[in-house]
Amino acid sequence: MSEQFNLEIVSPEKSFLKKDNVTEVVVPAFEGEMGILKDHISIISFLKPGIVKIISGSEEESFYVDDGIVEFKDNSLSILTSNIFNIKNSDKAKLQEMVKQAEADLADENLNDQKRFIISQKVEVLKSLSLN
Amino acid sequence: MASLDDLKKRISSVKSTQKITKAMKMVAASKLRRAQESAEKGRPYSDKMNNIILNLSNSIADKENSPKLLTGSGEDKVHLCIVMTSDRGLCGGFNTNIIKKAKLYFQKIIEAGKILKIITVGSKGYDQLKRTYKENIIEKISFKETKNTNYFDADKVGKIIISKFEKKEFDICTIFYNQFKNVITQIPQEQQIIPLIATESEGNSSEDNYEFEPEEDEILSNLLPKNISTQIFKAMLENSASEQGSRMSAMDNATRNAGEMVDKLTIQYNRSRQAAITKELIEIISGAESL
Repeated sequence: MSEQFNLEIVSPEKSFLKKDNVTEVVVPAFEGEMGILKDHISIISFLKPGIVKIISGSEEESFYVDDGIVEFKDNSLSILTSNIFNIKNSDKAKLQEMVKQAEADLADENLNDQKRFIISQKVEVLKSLSLN
Repeated sequence: MASLDDLKKRISSVKSTQKITKAMKMVAASKLRRAQESAEKGRPYSDKMNNIILNLSNSIADKENSPKLLTGSGEDKVHLCIVMTSDRGLCGGFNTNIIKKAKLYFQKIIEAGKILKIITVGSKGYDQLKRTYKENIIEKISFKETKNTNYFDADKVGKIIISKFEKKEFDICTIFYNQFKNVITQIPQEQQIIPLIATESEGNSSEDNYEFEPEEDEILSNLLPKNISTQIFKAMLENSASEQGSRMSAMDNATRNAGEMVDKLTIQYNRSRQAAITKELIEIISGAESL
Protein backbone atom coordinates (compact mmCIF):
# COMPACT_ATOMS: atom_id res chain seq x y z
CA MET A 1 0.00 0.00 0.00
CA SER A 2 1.28 3.36 -0.88
CA GLU A 3 1.24 6.02 1.71
CA GLN A 4 0.49 8.81 -0.70
CA PHE A 5 -2.46 11.13 -0.95
CA ASN A 6 -3.62 14.07 -3.04
CA LEU A 7 -2.96 17.69 -2.29
CA GLU A 8 -4.39 20.78 -3.88
CA ILE A 9 -3.59 24.31 -2.89
CA VAL A 10 -5.82 26.99 -4.37
CA SER A 11 -5.62 30.73 -4.11
CA PRO A 12 -8.39 33.04 -5.33
CA GLU A 13 -6.49 33.78 -8.50
CA LYS A 14 -5.51 30.30 -9.52
CA SER A 15 -4.93 26.72 -8.56
CA PHE A 16 -1.53 27.14 -6.97
CA LEU A 17 -0.29 23.59 -6.61
CA LYS A 18 -1.57 20.14 -7.35
CA LYS A 19 0.19 16.96 -6.32
CA ASP A 20 -0.82 13.35 -6.00
CA ASN A 21 2.25 11.84 -4.41
CA VAL A 22 2.32 13.57 -1.07
CA THR A 23 3.19 11.53 1.99
CA GLU A 24 2.89 14.11 4.72
CA VAL A 25 1.77 17.68 5.10
CA VAL A 26 2.34 19.85 8.13
CA VAL A 27 0.01 22.84 8.36
CA PRO A 28 -0.02 25.68 10.88
CA ALA A 29 -3.53 25.07 12.16
CA PHE A 30 -5.12 27.58 14.46
CA GLU A 31 -4.57 25.53 17.57
CA GLY A 32 -1.07 24.41 16.74
CA GLU A 33 0.85 22.66 14.02
CA MET A 34 -0.90 19.68 12.57
CA GLY A 35 0.67 16.88 10.57
CA ILE A 36 -1.57 15.06 8.16
CA LEU A 37 -0.85 11.58 6.88
CA LYS A 38 -2.81 9.26 4.67
CA ASP A 39 -6.19 8.08 5.98
CA HIS A 40 -6.54 10.96 8.37
CA ILE A 41 -10.09 11.46 9.57
CA SER A 42 -12.12 14.07 7.62
CA ILE A 43 -11.29 17.40 9.12
CA ILE A 44 -11.85 21.09 8.55
CA SER A 45 -9.69 23.63 10.24
CA PHE A 46 -8.34 27.06 9.58
CA LEU A 47 -4.79 28.25 9.42
CA LYS A 48 -2.86 30.96 11.09
CA PRO A 49 0.10 32.61 9.34
CA GLY A 50 2.92 30.12 9.15
CA ILE A 51 4.74 27.53 7.14
CA VAL A 52 3.12 24.71 5.24
CA LYS A 53 5.53 21.84 4.85
CA ILE A 54 4.86 19.35 2.09
CA ILE A 55 6.76 16.09 2.13
CA SER A 56 6.53 13.78 -0.83
CA GLY A 57 8.89 10.87 -0.39
CA SER A 58 12.33 12.32 0.09
CA GLU A 59 11.38 15.71 -1.31
CA GLU A 60 10.39 18.51 0.99
CA GLU A 61 8.93 21.87 0.12
CA SER A 62 7.93 24.77 2.34
CA PHE A 63 5.46 27.53 1.67
CA TYR A 64 4.44 30.56 3.61
CA VAL A 65 0.69 31.14 4.03
CA ASP A 66 -1.09 34.17 5.39
CA ASP A 67 -4.30 32.48 6.33
CA GLY A 68 -6.49 29.77 4.96
CA ILE A 69 -8.76 26.82 5.38
CA VAL A 70 -7.78 23.18 5.19
CA GLU A 71 -10.13 20.42 4.38
CA PHE A 72 -9.16 16.77 4.39
CA LYS A 73 -11.56 14.25 3.00
CA ASP A 74 -11.21 10.87 1.28
CA ASN A 75 -7.46 11.18 1.15
CA SER A 76 -7.42 14.48 -0.58
CA LEU A 77 -6.29 17.60 1.15
CA SER A 78 -7.38 21.03 -0.01
CA ILE A 79 -5.79 24.19 1.27
CA LEU A 80 -7.52 27.46 0.47
CA THR A 81 -5.45 30.51 1.06
CA SER A 82 -5.43 34.10 -0.05
CA ASN A 83 -1.66 34.57 0.00
CA ILE A 84 0.95 31.91 -0.51
CA PHE A 85 4.52 31.76 -1.78
CA ASN A 86 7.38 29.32 -1.87
CA ILE A 87 9.98 30.13 0.74
CA LYS A 88 12.79 29.30 -1.64
CA ASN A 89 11.79 32.07 -4.04
CA SER A 90 10.95 34.65 -1.46
CA ASP A 91 12.67 37.95 -1.69
CA LYS A 92 14.12 39.55 1.42
CA ALA A 93 13.09 43.10 0.70
CA LYS A 94 9.52 42.03 0.10
CA LEU A 95 9.48 40.06 3.33
CA GLN A 96 10.69 43.04 5.29
CA GLU A 97 8.01 45.15 3.73
CA MET A 98 5.42 42.60 4.80
CA VAL A 99 6.79 42.64 8.34
CA LYS A 100 6.44 46.41 8.39
CA GLN A 101 2.90 46.22 7.08
CA ALA A 102 1.94 43.62 9.67
CA GLU A 103 3.49 45.65 12.46
CA ALA A 104 1.53 48.67 11.33
CA ASP A 105 -1.63 46.58 11.42
CA LEU A 106 -0.78 45.49 14.91
CA ALA A 107 -0.64 49.09 16.08
CA ASP A 108 -4.36 49.47 15.45
CA GLU A 109 -6.06 49.59 18.81
CA ASN A 110 -9.46 48.42 17.65
CA LEU A 111 -8.32 44.88 17.02
CA ASN A 112 -9.97 42.09 18.88
CA ASP A 113 -7.84 39.53 20.65
CA GLN A 114 -8.10 36.91 18.00
CA LYS A 115 -7.00 39.21 15.22
CA ARG A 116 -4.21 40.57 17.37
CA PHE A 117 -2.99 37.05 17.96
CA ILE A 118 -3.07 36.22 14.28
CA ILE A 119 -1.19 39.31 13.25
CA SER A 120 1.46 38.96 15.93
CA GLN A 121 1.93 35.41 14.74
CA LYS A 122 2.40 36.74 11.26
CA VAL A 123 5.03 39.21 12.39
CA GLU A 124 6.91 36.46 14.17
CA VAL A 125 6.94 34.07 11.24
CA LEU A 126 7.84 36.71 8.72
CA LYS A 127 10.65 38.02 10.88
CA SER A 128 12.19 34.62 11.30
CA LEU A 129 11.94 34.13 7.55
CA SER A 130 13.57 37.39 6.68
CA LEU A 131 16.47 36.67 9.01
CA ASN A 132 17.43 33.38 7.41
CA MET B 1 -26.53 67.54 -52.81
CA ALA B 2 -23.18 67.24 -51.14
CA SER B 3 -20.25 68.19 -53.29
CA LEU B 4 -17.65 65.67 -54.31
CA ASP B 5 -15.12 67.04 -51.88
CA ASP B 6 -17.52 66.74 -48.97
CA LEU B 7 -18.25 63.14 -49.83
CA LYS B 8 -14.56 62.35 -50.03
CA LYS B 9 -13.99 63.81 -46.60
CA ARG B 10 -16.84 61.84 -45.10
CA ILE B 11 -15.60 58.61 -46.56
CA SER B 12 -12.15 59.08 -45.13
CA SER B 13 -13.53 60.03 -41.72
CA VAL B 14 -15.73 56.94 -41.58
CA LYS B 15 -12.78 54.85 -42.62
CA SER B 16 -10.63 56.13 -39.79
CA THR B 17 -13.45 55.50 -37.31
CA GLN B 18 -13.58 51.99 -38.64
CA LYS B 19 -9.87 51.60 -37.98
CA ILE B 20 -10.35 52.65 -34.37
CA THR B 21 -13.26 50.33 -33.72
CA LYS B 22 -11.37 47.48 -35.35
CA ALA B 23 -8.37 48.09 -33.12
CA MET B 24 -10.60 48.25 -30.05
CA LYS B 25 -12.17 44.98 -31.03
CA MET B 26 -8.79 43.31 -31.29
CA VAL B 27 -7.70 44.66 -27.93
CA ALA B 28 -10.94 43.50 -26.33
CA ALA B 29 -10.51 40.07 -27.86
CA SER B 30 -7.09 39.57 -26.39
CA LYS B 31 -8.15 40.97 -23.02
CA LEU B 32 -11.18 38.73 -23.09
CA ARG B 33 -9.00 35.67 -23.41
CA ARG B 34 -7.01 36.67 -20.38
CA ALA B 35 -10.10 37.58 -18.36
CA GLN B 36 -11.74 34.30 -19.24
CA GLU B 37 -8.67 32.40 -18.19
CA SER B 38 -8.49 34.06 -14.82
CA ALA B 39 -12.21 33.57 -14.32
CA GLU B 40 -11.70 29.87 -14.91
CA LYS B 41 -8.70 29.72 -12.63
CA GLY B 42 -10.62 31.42 -9.87
CA ARG B 43 -13.45 28.95 -9.99
CA PRO B 44 -11.93 26.11 -7.88
CA TYR B 45 -11.38 28.44 -4.95
CA SER B 46 -14.92 29.72 -4.77
CA ASP B 47 -16.35 26.25 -5.41
CA LYS B 48 -14.30 24.71 -2.63
CA MET B 49 -15.17 27.55 -0.30
CA ASN B 50 -18.81 27.04 -1.06
CA ASN B 51 -18.56 23.33 -0.36
CA ILE B 52 -16.85 23.78 2.96
CA ILE B 53 -19.35 26.34 4.10
CA LEU B 54 -22.16 24.06 3.07
CA ASN B 55 -20.68 21.19 5.04
CA LEU B 56 -20.16 23.41 8.02
CA SER B 57 -23.57 24.95 8.07
CA ASN B 58 -25.14 21.54 7.77
CA SER B 59 -23.31 20.25 10.78
CA ILE B 60 -24.16 23.18 12.98
CA ALA B 61 -26.78 21.97 15.36
CA ASP B 62 -27.50 25.18 17.15
CA LYS B 63 -28.86 27.43 14.41
CA GLU B 64 -29.89 30.13 16.83
CA ASN B 65 -26.38 30.98 17.88
CA SER B 66 -24.65 30.61 14.55
CA PRO B 67 -22.90 33.66 13.17
CA LYS B 68 -25.03 36.56 12.03
CA LEU B 69 -23.42 36.60 8.61
CA LEU B 70 -25.00 33.24 7.92
CA THR B 71 -28.43 33.73 9.34
CA GLY B 72 -28.82 37.47 8.91
CA SER B 73 -29.76 39.99 11.51
CA GLY B 74 -33.26 38.59 11.74
CA GLU B 75 -34.76 41.69 10.21
CA ASP B 76 -35.62 42.75 6.73
CA LYS B 77 -35.60 46.51 6.81
CA VAL B 78 -32.51 47.91 5.22
CA HIS B 79 -31.29 46.52 1.93
CA LEU B 80 -27.78 47.10 0.71
CA CYS B 81 -27.16 46.66 -2.98
CA ILE B 82 -23.71 46.37 -4.47
CA VAL B 83 -23.90 47.32 -8.12
CA MET B 84 -20.81 46.20 -9.98
CA THR B 85 -20.12 47.82 -13.33
CA SER B 86 -17.12 48.67 -15.44
CA ASP B 87 -14.95 51.77 -15.30
CA ARG B 88 -14.99 52.31 -19.02
CA GLY B 89 -17.69 52.82 -21.56
CA LEU B 90 -18.03 51.72 -25.16
CA CYS B 91 -18.99 48.20 -24.27
CA GLY B 92 -22.48 47.90 -25.67
CA GLY B 93 -25.28 47.10 -23.28
CA PHE B 94 -22.99 45.80 -20.56
CA ASN B 95 -23.50 48.51 -17.95
CA THR B 96 -27.05 49.32 -18.97
CA ASN B 97 -28.14 45.72 -18.46
CA ILE B 98 -26.83 45.59 -14.91
CA ILE B 99 -28.37 48.94 -14.09
CA LYS B 100 -31.69 47.89 -15.53
CA LYS B 101 -31.73 44.75 -13.40
CA ALA B 102 -30.70 46.70 -10.33
CA LYS B 103 -33.30 49.41 -10.86
CA LEU B 104 -36.04 46.84 -11.06
CA TYR B 105 -34.94 45.49 -7.70
CA PHE B 106 -34.65 48.99 -6.22
CA GLN B 107 -38.22 49.75 -7.18
CA LYS B 108 -39.46 46.61 -5.50
CA ILE B 109 -37.68 47.52 -2.30
CA ILE B 110 -38.89 51.09 -2.28
CA GLU B 111 -42.45 50.02 -3.01
CA ALA B 112 -42.28 47.61 -0.11
CA GLY B 113 -41.41 50.56 2.11
CA LYS B 114 -37.92 49.40 2.94
CA ILE B 115 -34.77 51.41 3.15
CA LEU B 116 -32.41 51.21 0.21
CA LYS B 117 -28.67 51.74 0.34
CA ILE B 118 -26.39 51.44 -2.65
CA ILE B 119 -22.69 50.91 -3.08
CA THR B 120 -21.42 51.24 -6.61
CA VAL B 121 -18.29 49.46 -7.75
CA GLY B 122 -17.03 50.89 -11.01
CA SER B 123 -17.55 54.48 -12.10
CA LYS B 124 -20.01 53.85 -14.93
CA GLY B 125 -22.62 52.49 -12.58
CA TYR B 126 -22.32 55.55 -10.39
CA ASP B 127 -22.73 57.85 -13.38
CA GLN B 128 -25.94 56.15 -14.37
CA LEU B 129 -27.44 55.81 -10.92
CA LYS B 130 -26.62 59.19 -9.47
CA ARG B 131 -29.44 60.88 -11.33
CA THR B 132 -32.26 58.90 -9.74
CA TYR B 133 -30.77 57.44 -6.60
CA LYS B 134 -28.33 60.08 -5.43
CA GLU B 135 -29.47 59.99 -1.81
CA ASN B 136 -29.30 56.21 -1.66
CA ILE B 137 -25.69 55.87 -2.73
CA ILE B 138 -23.61 55.60 0.40
CA GLU B 139 -20.31 54.76 -1.18
CA LYS B 140 -18.69 54.56 -4.58
CA ILE B 141 -15.67 52.42 -5.22
CA SER B 142 -13.64 52.37 -8.37
CA PHE B 143 -10.56 50.44 -9.34
CA LYS B 144 -9.52 52.48 -12.31
CA GLU B 145 -5.84 52.27 -11.46
CA THR B 146 -5.54 48.51 -11.20
CA LYS B 147 -5.13 46.83 -14.53
CA ASN B 148 -6.17 43.30 -13.72
CA THR B 149 -8.79 42.16 -11.30
CA ASN B 150 -7.09 41.01 -8.15
CA TYR B 151 -8.18 39.54 -4.89
CA PHE B 152 -7.02 42.43 -2.75
CA ASP B 153 -9.46 44.80 -4.39
CA ALA B 154 -12.26 42.35 -3.78
CA ASP B 155 -11.12 41.95 -0.20
CA LYS B 156 -11.30 45.71 0.28
CA VAL B 157 -14.90 45.77 -0.87
CA GLY B 158 -15.64 42.75 1.30
CA LYS B 159 -14.21 44.43 4.36
CA ILE B 160 -16.27 47.55 3.79
CA ILE B 161 -19.41 45.43 3.59
CA ILE B 162 -18.60 43.46 6.71
CA SER B 163 -17.78 46.50 8.79
CA LYS B 164 -21.08 48.05 7.74
CA PHE B 165 -22.89 44.86 8.66
CA GLU B 166 -21.25 44.77 12.07
CA LYS B 167 -22.37 48.33 12.66
CA LYS B 168 -25.87 47.12 11.80
CA GLU B 169 -26.20 49.50 8.90
CA PHE B 170 -28.12 47.00 6.81
CA ASP B 171 -29.91 43.66 7.07
CA ILE B 172 -29.73 42.15 3.62
CA CYS B 173 -27.01 42.50 1.04
CA THR B 174 -27.34 41.73 -2.66
CA ILE B 175 -24.75 42.05 -5.39
CA PHE B 176 -25.43 42.78 -9.04
CA TYR B 177 -23.06 41.72 -11.78
CA ASN B 178 -22.97 40.25 -15.25
CA GLN B 179 -22.35 36.58 -15.59
CA PHE B 180 -20.25 35.64 -18.56
CA LYS B 181 -21.85 33.01 -20.70
CA ASN B 182 -20.24 33.63 -24.05
CA VAL B 183 -19.11 36.56 -26.14
CA ILE B 184 -22.62 37.45 -27.24
CA THR B 185 -24.54 36.65 -24.07
CA GLN B 186 -23.93 38.02 -20.65
CA ILE B 187 -26.61 37.50 -18.07
CA PRO B 188 -27.15 40.15 -15.42
CA GLN B 189 -27.31 38.46 -12.03
CA GLU B 190 -28.57 39.35 -8.61
CA GLN B 191 -27.10 37.34 -5.80
CA GLN B 192 -27.83 37.65 -2.14
CA ILE B 193 -24.72 37.29 -0.02
CA ILE B 194 -25.93 38.28 3.44
CA PRO B 195 -27.63 36.27 4.85
CA LEU B 196 -26.02 33.56 2.83
CA ILE B 197 -28.14 31.37 0.67
CA ALA B 198 -26.12 28.24 0.25
CA THR B 199 -26.50 26.72 -3.17
CA GLU B 200 -26.24 22.99 -3.27
CA SER B 201 -23.52 22.06 -5.71
CA GLU B 202 -23.27 18.80 -7.55
CA GLY B 203 -21.43 15.82 -6.23
CA ASN B 204 -21.45 17.09 -2.72
CA SER B 205 -22.48 14.69 -0.04
CA SER B 206 -23.37 16.60 3.04
CA GLU B 207 -23.55 13.43 5.11
CA ASP B 208 -19.86 13.43 5.89
CA ASN B 209 -18.77 13.46 9.44
CA TYR B 210 -16.08 16.00 9.83
CA GLU B 211 -13.86 16.69 12.71
CA PHE B 212 -13.53 20.37 13.42
CA GLU B 213 -10.73 22.21 15.00
CA PRO B 214 -11.62 24.61 16.64
CA GLU B 215 -15.41 24.49 17.02
CA GLU B 216 -17.73 24.70 14.01
CA ASP B 217 -19.08 28.12 14.75
CA GLU B 218 -15.65 29.54 15.30
CA ILE B 219 -14.47 28.28 11.95
CA LEU B 220 -17.64 29.51 10.37
CA SER B 221 -17.34 32.99 11.78
CA ASN B 222 -13.82 33.08 10.42
CA LEU B 223 -14.78 31.70 7.08
CA LEU B 224 -17.86 33.74 6.28
CA PRO B 225 -16.13 37.10 5.91
CA LYS B 226 -13.69 35.41 3.56
CA ASN B 227 -16.54 33.95 1.62
CA ILE B 228 -17.99 37.40 1.05
CA SER B 229 -14.72 38.62 -0.41
CA THR B 230 -14.56 35.48 -2.49
CA GLN B 231 -18.04 35.98 -3.85
CA ILE B 232 -17.22 39.56 -4.73
CA PHE B 233 -14.00 38.48 -6.36
CA LYS B 234 -15.89 35.93 -8.39
CA ALA B 235 -18.37 38.59 -9.45
CA MET B 236 -15.50 40.88 -10.41
CA LEU B 237 -13.90 38.19 -12.55
CA GLU B 238 -17.17 37.37 -14.27
CA ASN B 239 -17.74 41.05 -14.78
CA SER B 240 -14.40 41.71 -16.37
CA ALA B 241 -14.82 38.80 -18.75
CA SER B 242 -18.32 40.01 -19.60
CA GLU B 243 -17.11 43.55 -20.12
CA GLN B 244 -14.51 42.51 -22.64
CA GLY B 245 -16.90 40.15 -24.38
CA SER B 246 -19.55 42.81 -24.60
CA ARG B 247 -17.07 45.37 -25.86
CA MET B 248 -15.79 42.95 -28.43
CA SER B 249 -19.18 42.30 -29.94
CA ALA B 250 -20.13 45.99 -29.76
CA MET B 251 -16.96 46.96 -31.58
CA ASP B 252 -17.49 44.19 -34.11
CA ASN B 253 -20.89 45.63 -34.88
CA ALA B 254 -19.48 49.12 -35.13
CA THR B 255 -16.81 47.98 -37.55
CA ARG B 256 -19.37 46.28 -39.72
CA ASN B 257 -21.64 49.31 -39.70
CA ALA B 258 -18.77 51.55 -40.67
CA GLY B 259 -17.96 49.21 -43.57
CA GLU B 260 -21.53 49.39 -44.81
CA MET B 261 -21.47 53.14 -44.55
CA VAL B 262 -18.25 53.38 -46.52
CA ASP B 263 -19.76 51.24 -49.28
CA LYS B 264 -22.86 53.40 -49.45
CA LEU B 265 -20.90 56.61 -49.52
CA THR B 266 -18.55 55.29 -52.18
CA ILE B 267 -21.46 54.45 -54.48
CA GLN B 268 -22.89 57.89 -53.89
CA TYR B 269 -19.52 59.44 -54.62
CA ASN B 270 -19.06 57.51 -57.84
CA ARG B 271 -22.56 58.34 -59.04
CA SER B 272 -22.24 62.03 -58.45
CA ARG B 273 -18.81 62.04 -60.06
CA GLN B 274 -20.28 60.41 -63.13
CA ALA B 275 -23.20 62.79 -63.13
CA ALA B 276 -20.79 65.69 -63.08
CA ILE B 277 -18.82 64.27 -66.03
CA THR B 278 -21.99 63.64 -68.04
CA LYS B 279 -23.15 67.16 -67.32
CA GLU B 280 -19.89 68.61 -68.54
CA LEU B 281 -20.04 66.52 -71.72
CA ILE B 282 -23.57 67.64 -72.46
CA GLU B 283 -22.52 71.22 -72.00
CA ILE B 284 -19.61 70.84 -74.41
CA ILE B 285 -21.66 69.01 -77.05
CA SER B 286 -24.58 71.40 -76.95
CA GLY B 287 -22.15 74.29 -77.07
CA ALA B 288 -20.54 72.84 -80.21
CA GLU B 289 -23.92 72.17 -81.82
CA SER B 290 -25.11 75.70 -81.40
CA LEU B 291 -22.19 77.06 -83.39
